[in-house]
Amino acid sequence: MLTGLTLTEARAGLEARKFSARELAQAHLDAIGRLNKQLNAYITVLPEQDVLAAADAADARYTKGEARLMDGLPVGVKDLFCTKGVKTTAASKMLANFVPPYESSVTARLLDAGSVFLGKTNLDEFAMGSANITSAFGSVLNPWKRQGDDAALVPGGSSGGSAAAVAAGLALAATGTDTGGSIRQPAAFCGIVGLKPTYGRCSRWGTIAFASSLDQAGPMTRSVADAGLMLEAMAGFDEKDSTSSNRPVPEFSKAVGKSVKGLRVGIPAEYRAPGMPEEIAKMWEQGIAWLREAGCEVVDVSLPHTKYGLATYYIIAPAECSSNLARYDGIRFGERKDAASLDGIYERTRAEGFGPEVRNRILMGTYVLSAGYYDAYYLKAQKVRTLIKRDFVQAFEQVDVLLTPTAPSAAFAQGENMDDPVQMYLNDIFTVPASMAGVPALSVPVGLDSKGLPLGLQIIGRHFDEETVLSVGGALEAAAGFAHKPTLHAEAGV
Amino acid sequence: MSYVIEGKTGSWEIVVGLEVHAQVVSKSKLFSGASTTFGAEPNSQVSLVDAAFPGMLPVINKECVAQAVRTGLGLNARINLESRFDRKNYFYADLPQGYQISQFAHPIVGEGTIEIELSNGETRKIGITRLHMEQDAGKLIHDQDPTKSMVDLNRAGVALMEIVSEPDIREPEEAGAYLRKLRQILRYLGTCDGNMEEGSMRADVNVSVRKAGEPFRTRCEIKNVNSIRFVMQAIEVEAARQVEIWENGGEVDQETRLFDAARGETRTMRSKEDAHDYRYFPDPDLLPLVIEQEWVDALKAALPELPDAKRARFQSEYGIPFYDAGVLVAEQAVADFYETVAKGRDGKLAVSWVTGDLFAALNRTGKTIETSPVSAEALGQMLDLIADGTINGKIAKEVFEDMVETGEGPEAIVEKKGLRQVTDTGVIDAAIESVMTKHADKVAEYRSGKDKLFGFFVGQVMKETKGKANPALVNGALKSRLDA
Repeated sequence: MLTGLTLTEARAGLEARKFSARELAQAHLDAIGRLNKQLNAYITVLPEQDVLAAADAADARYTKGEARLMDGLPVGVKDLFCTKGVKTTAASKMLANFVPPYESSVTARLLDAGSVFLGKTNLDEFAMGSANITSAFGSVLNPWKRQGDDAALVPGGSSGGSAAAVAAGLALAATGTDTGGSIRQPAAFCGIVGLKPTYGRCSRWGTIAFASSLDQAGPMTRSVADAGLMLEAMAGFDEKDSTSSNRPVPEFSKAVGKSVKGLRVGIPAEYRAPGMPEEIAKMWEQGIAWLREAGCEVVDVSLPHTKYGLATYYIIAPAECSSNLARYDGIRFGERKDAASLDGIYERTRAEGFGPEVRNRILMGTYVLSAGYYDAYYLKAQKVRTLIKRDFVQAFEQVDVLLTPTAPSAAFAQGENMDDPVQMYLNDIFTVPASMAGVPALSVPVGLDSKGLPLGLQIIGRHFDEETVLSVGGALEAAAGFAHKPTLHAEAGV
Repeated sequence: MSYVIEGKTGSWEIVVGLEVHAQVVSKSKLFSGASTTFGAEPNSQVSLVDAAFPGMLPVINKECVAQAVRTGLGLNARINLESRFDRKNYFYADLPQGYQISQFAHPIVGEGTIEIELSNGETRKIGITRLHMEQDAGKLIHDQDPTKSMVDLNRAGVALMEIVSEPDIREPEEAGAYLRKLRQILRYLGTCDGNMEEGSMRADVNVSVRKAGEPFRTRCEIKNVNSIRFVMQAIEVEAARQVEIWENGGEVDQETRLFDAARGETRTMRSKEDAHDYRYFPDPDLLPLVIEQEWVDALKAALPELPDAKRARFQSEYGIPFYDAGVLVAEQAVADFYETVAKGRDGKLAVSWVTGDLFAALNRTGKTIETSPVSAEALGQMLDLIADGTINGKIAKEVFEDMVETGEGPEAIVEKKGLRQVTDTGVIDAAIESVMTKHADKVAEYRSGKDKLFGFFVGQVMKETKGKANPALVNGALKSRLDA
């Protein structure tokens, strides 16, 4: 089945001309046609003729022997990446009809590499959320179900549409963005691979900003090798982003399959949070055992400031978002609500254009930056962030990677965790510290819990050492042999 | 202190500090590639970054940084090799990002000084607190539609330098002298055109008053004053207002005020309660701005000569008085003009021609030094004709007027009009004989002791030779003939 392949398999099939890029694209368009109504993974599906035209161009290159890195591979694009001439909403009413006249640097690189875009995937509004329930275009459904329970589960967030699409066969892979876990947590909830690269690895130019010092684009795929392949296409220096790194981009996919013998794997004591579900703890132990069997040396390490990670994150990210989202004022683009005064236009436009979670965070961010509170909140949080970063740097003097669970639970049902925002924020407890430190982190699906829901483990590495992270991820993937498919899948019932 | 306000309760002195916003001379904006040309069609010079489209990011323009560093060097100020950009958050329709990128906590330039000269010839040093870079906002246009305001973003994102003085200014005249000197330095450096009418230089004026020896009292900030004259007026009226409040037992409120030039008064723009909370924080889109000492040194080595240095050099190199040198360096174009004229010639003679006849001619013809009908080279050639005796000083005036009128070179004029000075002693002797014959009575008077008549004879001989005789030769020959 064409919709069940990895990028690597599909690339080989196209190269061998076992099938065409057009057939591959068509199979995905068909799958989207069948399942997107249920899953709501895509906000916008590109017109069929455009998708097929891109696929035909890829086929032509294969025929000429000029195929590129991602040629003909159908992918979904999180609707936070501006795409030229294609509506880009950030899942917000504010940008419901915004059509950018420019292409984000990351998607431009993917297009240059020959990728075939299928559409724009759903997300939490402005990437703020951990369950993909804050989208102005409706919640995304997790394609997985608990055994013996038909409850609608969340796919995680904010890249929930991308995760659901990849898991259900509506794209071979998709782009995500990760600010505090928005790639890794939904990847874990949907049983796929998600990689948050080092901050600065991928350009932020043209990606709608949530929290500039944390936002980082990355791949969401079905295998660790795929994550390496796609990152290779996405990454690279961009003079239009002052925070992008000018380090060379290695051939990431080649890192997978490399021996991990002798690598030192750190197990941070502080991640053994009290109240961690038994099944998560067990899966973590299993992961440790697998890596030990693969020849890694397992070492206990300490990241003493971990416990401040979440609180710090929920000061810094809202502070930046309160400023980043000030441009949505109804004056130049997006929806405007008229009023008698300029302040009235701002008030109506922003009150009606933003959903409650976004408004919450803007208010929190405005508060922590306010005169009289700045020192106690923002400045303090910046200092703690420095300490968190130092924790990682010091840990990486002893070990090559860290292994932790990705999320404190498996996917939960829509409606759960919703009365208490703090409970919802706790989803990011294991992912936030790596975001604060800017280090790369990968979530790999390693097994199912007792209710049949996927669980993921997280591998965190040194700044700009995605290669070691991918190597260890590959070893974990090989040992786990995760081959489960969700209930809702393009291949089911066909 | 020479400037005081005499109130009912005694004398008050004024305390003034200035914040000058100087638009940086650069081809493109501080964080985008859009052009900065003044006067273009509305919204024709706006990039997606300037209009704050989603996902757009600022990238620092290195030339703007260089201009800020040059300015810092010109103000004898400390250059900070690491500085940072912060966001100043507020909502307004001319501010697309919803924040201005500025330097709040870590400016690129620290403390410096400017030396000002007052009309009585005294000089004073005024401290510079800091200089930082920031983005300008756009402009709202209210007269294009009966109900709507229009937004022009051409200026949005253009680089500004905010230059903050210490509260060292004690007189309106000092404020004026400070602004003129600052503008002069900026123009010499080529970092700001200093054009207050076009808004490329604007001043916020902080004013307070106090009794001698007191600590500072509450200040008010008068925003966006756009001429030097208005700055001086605003200080006077604002200081008087504050004295009246204090003397009537009131309290001056710290607030932002506007100067109404037509009514000659200041009035409240924003009270302290309405003051914005700008929620400054470091801009996460930009890395700290780190520059190398070597680069600063190279910029310093390439700086043009600044007015104070040039003035001192003119004094010593051309032997001209301090005052004259000051007049010449007031504008760089005048200084350059003078130097072309004076180089290798009599500097004192050159300054009298430039600040005398040339300035008068420019005034009369409504031209500037840049459009002068007489070039520096031509004026120099004319001085050469005086020096080599081809013409004398009096004929030179005639030649110069002709040059102003026709634009022709001095030699051509001398030839055409036959103004060459007479150095032929035969011709001079003949003229002397003729004069002595005509005025035999005066000759007798002279010889009987009325030697003051000598000047009369010189005048007559010059008249006889139509002014062209060499005065030194005339003097010598007359003396020996009369005294014989």
